[in-house]
Amino acid sequence: MSARGEILARIRAALADGGEPALPASVRPVSPRPATTGPGPAPDSTGASTGPASTGTRFRTRGNLAPGPLLDLLAERLADYRALVRRAAPAELGAAAVAALAERGARRIVVPPGIDRAALPDGIEIVTDDGLSAHDLDGFDGVVTGAAVAIAETGTIVLDGSPDQGRRVITLVPDYHLCIVHAAQVVELVPEAISALAAAADRPLTWISGPSATSDIELKRVEGVHGPRTLEVILVGP
Amino acid sequence: MTTYLGMPTAPKGVGHLRAAEPFPVAARRALADTQLRRNLAIATGTIRAKRAAVVAELPDWEELRSAGQAAKAGAMRHLDRYLEQLETQVTARGGTVHWASDAVAANRIVTDLVAATGSREVVKVKSMVTDEIGLNEALAAAGITAHETDLAELIVQLGHDRPSHILVPAIHRNRAEIREIFLREMADADQALTDEPAALAEAARLYLRRRFLAARVGISGANFAIAQTGTLCVVESEGNGRMCLTLPDTLITVMGIEKVLPSWPDLAVFLQLLPRSSTGERMNPYTSMWTGVTPGDGPQQFHLVLLDNGRTAALADETGRQALHCIRCSACLNVCPVYERVGGHAYGSVYPGPIGAVLSPQLTGVEENASLPYASSLCGACYEACPVKIDIPSVLVHLRARHVGEARRERRLPRAEAIAMAAASWVMTEPRRYSAAQRSGRLGRPLGRRGRIGQLPPPLAAWARARDSPVPPAQTFRQWWRDEHGRSS
Repeated sequence: MSARGEILARIRAALADGGEPALPASVRPVSPRPATTGPGPAPDSTGASTGPASTGTRFRTRGNLAPGPLLDLLAERLADYRALVRRAAPAELGAAAVAALAERGARRIVVPPGIDRAALPDGIEIVTDDGLSAHDLDGFDGVVTGAAVAIAETGTIVLDGSPDQGRRVITLVPDYHLCIVHAAQVVELVPEAISALAAAADRPLTWISGPSATSDIELKRVEGVHGPRTLEVILVGP
Repeated sequence: MTTYLGMPTAPKGVGHLRAAEPFPVAARRALADTQLRRNLAIATGTIRAKRAAVVAELPDWEELRSAGQAAKAGAMRHLDRYLEQLETQVTARGGTVHWASDAVAANRIVTDLVAATGSREVVKVKSMVTDEIGLNEALAAAGITAHETDLAELIVQLGHDRPSHILVPAIHRNRAEIREIFLREMADADQALTDEPAALAEAARLYLRRRFLAARVGISGANFAIAQTGTLCVVESEGNGRMCLTLPDTLITVMGIEKVLPSWPDLAVFLQLLPRSSTGERMNPYTSMWTGVTPGDGPQQFHLVLLDNGRTAALADETGRQALHCIRCSACLNVCPVYERVGGHAYGSVYPGPIGAVLSPQLTGVEENASLPYASSLCGACYEACPVKIDIPSVLVHLRARHVGEARRERRLPRAEAIAMAAASWVMTEPRRYSAAQRSGRLGRPLGRRGRIGQLPPPLAAWARARDSPVPPAQTFRQWWRDEHGRSS
């Protein structure tokens, strides 16, 4: 028998007693299923996480903050994990980006093909990624991207590889990442982010919460290991 | 109920699941190492406080734990179908799925895949499962060098050491020891390197950066896999994971079959439970998710190796199977009074602490890790900390019973324990014998110091080696009752 057939047969034999009892619907994760190109409902409606949203759930799947406090919470949580945060009204975005890059002293930056270049400063070299190698990317002072979703409660931004966010490598190798987040992209909770990412579920996703960090030495948190050592976020909103 | 009999377990002679010596022997040596105990006390104390703070921020933490437990139970209940669904989805998106019955098969599959690329070097994301199967050793035997890229794994690898914690494999090392290892093992290390954690992290960054940029093959484990879409998920902090998952041409992911989740809403639960339980953060710095191959972005060859290695044997045990729900957060290690004192090496397996004491014996067969289910005081702190509510104390007791049952079947009993129980039964079923036994117990009083008896003569010596006994009271309860109430009552 193939290893595949052998393992599946072992699993079925192990589950001959029916396996663990299904738990009550009230405790299952039942936030709305992302609409994906994947298969239909999971195999068995008695299994966890497959119930319809109407069965209710006790953990939070919807935030309740108003837009202002929501942005405040995101800014606070980003800063708590050592990201730099700038707030800007929509009309001030360009000025905020110029100021951020100037303070950083960035002279040569890379951007994904879909970024709105109107927000970027004149007078510095801006290269659009067209498949640059990791070695090429190592020579840039930074990268500027958009984001797909941001989660206020955890201080997280999520990139989904859309044209304004680009390939994963461009936000990894340069030492500085400037990320532009619009108020409409901000959700409060992790389950809301999962729902919002449904359409991107089969694209590469990168969830970023602060700059690269480690706690491997005596569990002391140190920011800045292999990923960008500086993460700066411009929050665009009222 | 004993359907676990006959299900293949993890093979001998490969990987790191079996202790070379019984837990009590290793624990005694660890307890004598005062530096180790100090390092562990500082580190586990720090992480306990961080975890408590971020868990307290969530009003629905207990509901999330229940949801996590339910999601894992649901995934295990239909594990065969979710794995088939995962395979279908990964394959449809350009990945290749391999099935490995055990460590030997998985090592051969991965070694062949690396060899086929022509590369003699790989970069690795920290992964418990590749440590479990001894992949680095298997690759080395084939002339392939594996570079560990997680800082703690790098410390362990350069120190020619073994990991001692699920999350922080070098938790037993302090900053001064780490500095010495780096100076000794990194050829171009700056001799002025200080022992500041930031300076040590910078040294690791420089050491690994050119390896990342040159890497052609990456190897990872997986924290979660979503059957619905074939998406893999790796949770990390440093960015070494992103480097390994993004820069190489070929990515090989080795995953225990129990890591599969049915669908995306499940992930929303686990991405809240795992970081808070593990590093005590609201969210870890980086989480990567990928589905098969994405043209123009990241590795263009993706292989997923699905590993059994004793997991189906655990799945067949109706009490023990909940150990497969583990998401490797290590919260149970950090709260365990036994782990805090002896550290991870004493458990002998790559999975230490309370979860290791229930997982390792099930993967290898209880008789091959027979001392581990006893490596606990059954205080229950692990159960309370577990983000998916694994009832570790109950599984420990169950595995002790399995051990005794299997020993009896092999006629290795009666041992001292069985003789003592039989004797107790004889004494306690007859009031006169019981009374006499209590009176004779007072004879033990001269053995005590400060109310405790440390050592006892045979056959009680084995019991007393690991336990103090209270000094018997001067008067038995029956004597006291008679004196207080007279013979009439």
